[in-house]
Amino acid sequence: MRYAFIKTLTKLASKNQKIFLLTGDLGYTVFEDFATAFPKRFINMGVAESNMVGVAAGLSLEGFIPFVYSIATFATMRPYEQIRNDICLQNLNVKIVGVGGGLGYGHAGPTHHSQEDIAIMRVLPNITIVCPADPFEVEVATEQAAKLKGPVYLRLGKAGEPKIHPKKPKLKLGKGIIMRDGSDVLLLATGNQVINSLLVAEVLSKKGIAAKVINLHTIKPLDKELILDSVKKIKYVVTIEEHSVIGGLGSAVAEVLASEEGNTVLKRIGIADKFSKIVGDHEHLRNHHSLTPEKIKKIVLNLIK
Amino acid sequence: MTKKKVENLKKIATALRKDVIDISFRANVGHIGSALSIAEIITALYFGIMSVNPKNPKWKNRDRFILSKGHAAAIQYCALAKLGFLSREQLLNFCQNESELAEHPEIHVKGVEVTTGSLGHGLSLGVGMALAGKTKGLNYRVFVLLSDGENDEGSVWEAALAAGHFKLDNLVAIIDYNKLQAFGKIEEVMNLEPLSAKWKAFGWETSEISGHDMEKVVRTLEKLPFLKGKPSLIISHSVMGKGISFMEGKLAWHYQNLKETEYKRALKELKDK
Repeated sequence: MRYAFIKTLTKLASKNQKIFLLTGDLGYTVFEDFATAFPKRFINMGVAESNMVGVAAGLSLEGFIPFVYSIATFATMRPYEQIRNDICLQNLNVKIVGVGGGLGYGHAGPTHHSQEDIAIMRVLPNITIVCPADPFEVEVATEQAAKLKGPVYLRLGKAGEPKIHPKKPKLKLGKGIIMRDGSDVLLLATGNQVINSLLVAEVLSKKGIAAKVINLHTIKPLDKELILDSVKKIKYVVTIEEHSVIGGLGSAVAEVLASEEGNTVLKRIGIADKFSKIVGDHEHLRNHHSLTPEKIKKIVLNLIK
Repeated sequence: MTKKKVENLKKIATALRKDVIDISFRANVGHIGSALSIAEIITALYFGIMSVNPKNPKWKNRDRFILSKGHAAAIQYCALAKLGFLSREQLLNFCQNESELAEHPEIHVKGVEVTTGSLGHGLSLGVGMALAGKTKGLNYRVFVLLSDGENDEGSVWEAALAAGHFKLDNLVAIIDYNKLQAFGKIEEVMNLEPLSAKWKAFGWETSEISGHDMEKVVRTLEKLPFLKGKPSLIISHSVMGKGISFMEGKLAWHYQNLKETEYKRALKELKDK
C-alpha cells in the first residue's frame, strides 16, 4: 500500500505545488523518487513526530498541503495533542499517513502494533478517517484526501496487500462500497480485513448462506445510511477490523445501531483488549486474534446458527 | 528607531498593563503576572518592530507572531485592540460568557495567527511557518514567544533542533524568563541553566537582555537576525507581575485573581508611572 501511496502522491505533487511530504525518518527505498523530484517539498523531520505534526500545521497555515508519514502508532499516538490542538482544533489541511495499521508490523512486536489508532482518531472533531482495502483504494483515497479541505487520517497497510478491485474503483470518501450482496448475514469490514470478509462470504455461499459484504473504507464520517438500510433486511451483523474491538469500526457501527430501534444482532471481530504477548508474522498474529477467514467463518456460523 | 519613539513605546507598555489589569479584573481571571512580564516585549514587537496591518490582517508579507505561552493572551488582546484589530468593546468582553476572547488565544480572533494554550506547541508551528516563508521566497519573519517553564516540554527541543538544522534565520524565539513557573521557582522545579548555552548548542544565535528595559529590547530586536543562516533566540530576563509592586516576583500571581482593593491599588500604581 505504501508504494501505491507514494506513487500517487508523486503524481499529485507534480500537478499541485502545494503538496509537501514530511516523514519521521521513514520511507527508505520508498520515498527516494519523490525526494528527488521535489527536494524542496520533501522534508525528513527526523525521529520527532510531535514536532513534525506541529511543523505541518505551520505549513498548512501558510497554504500548503502537508502529508506527514510514519508508522501508524508513531504517526497518531506520539503527536496526539498536536493532532488535536494544532490540526483538528484549527481544522487545518494536514494529512496524517500511518503505515502498518493493525498488525502489519508483526515481528516488530506490540510497540509497533497499531490497534488503538482508529479509536483515538475517531473522537477528534473535523477529521476524516480512511482505511483503504487495497492498492487501488489507496490511490483513490490519496487523491481524494489531497482534494478534501481539512484533516485526514489515512491508515495504510504495509506492503503486499492483494488487490480486491480489478481496476481503480469509484470510491467516494464517506460512502461504503457494497462488494457483494446477500440477505442472511451482513459483513462490515474495513481496510485489510475486507479481503478476508470476501473470502468468508465465498465460503459461506457454498454452504447456502448469502452474506452481504460492505467495505467501509471511511470510518469517519461513517456511511450510516447504507448501514441502516442494510440492517432493515438483515438481522445478523458482523464487523471485522484489524483494530481493538474497543473504539474502532465495531464501536462506530454499534453507535449507529444504538441510535435506531431494531432487532439487529451485532458481533464485533477485532483485536481483543490486550497487547500481543506472542511473537509472529502478520498472518500468525491474525490467526491468534481470530482475524483469518477460517476463524471469522466459524464466528459467523456460530452467530447465525 | 528614534529615542522619541522608544519613549512612546514605554507609555504604550504602561497603557497595556492598565488594560490587562482592567480586563482581568472584570473577567475575574488570573495569569496576570505572566502577562505583565511580557509588556515591553509585546509592545516593542507590535508597535515598533513587526509589520502588521489591522486593515489587511492576512497580508502575505506580514510578520507572524505566535504566543506560545498562550496563558498570557490578555496582553496580546490588549495590544491587538490598541492597534485596531479588535474593538474596545470586544476587549472589554474578554472571558465573559459568549465572548470570542478566551484566556488563551484562538485562531478565529482577528490578528491571532494560531491557537495556543497547551505549552510546547508554538515553536513547531513557527518552524512550519518559517519553512513556508523560505519555500515561497517571502521575507516575513516569525516571532514565537515562549515561557521559561515551557522549556520543560520536549517538543520545544525537537523544534529547536529542527530550526537550527534548517537554518531558519527568519525565525525568532523569545523566552520570557521570569524565573517562576506554576508551582515554584524554575531553578527548584526544573533547572534550565545554562539556558543560553543549550540553545546555542542547538544551532541558535542567542542574546540575553533585561526584558523591561525598552531601549535594550528595541535595539536587540532591531538587530535581527543576529546571524545569517541561524535562528535567533532572545532570553528576556523579566519579573513576574512587573509594574505592580505587590505582584512583582510573587508566584501567587501566576494564577491569582484581583480583589477590588488590589485592582484599585494596581491602577493607581500604573497611573503614577
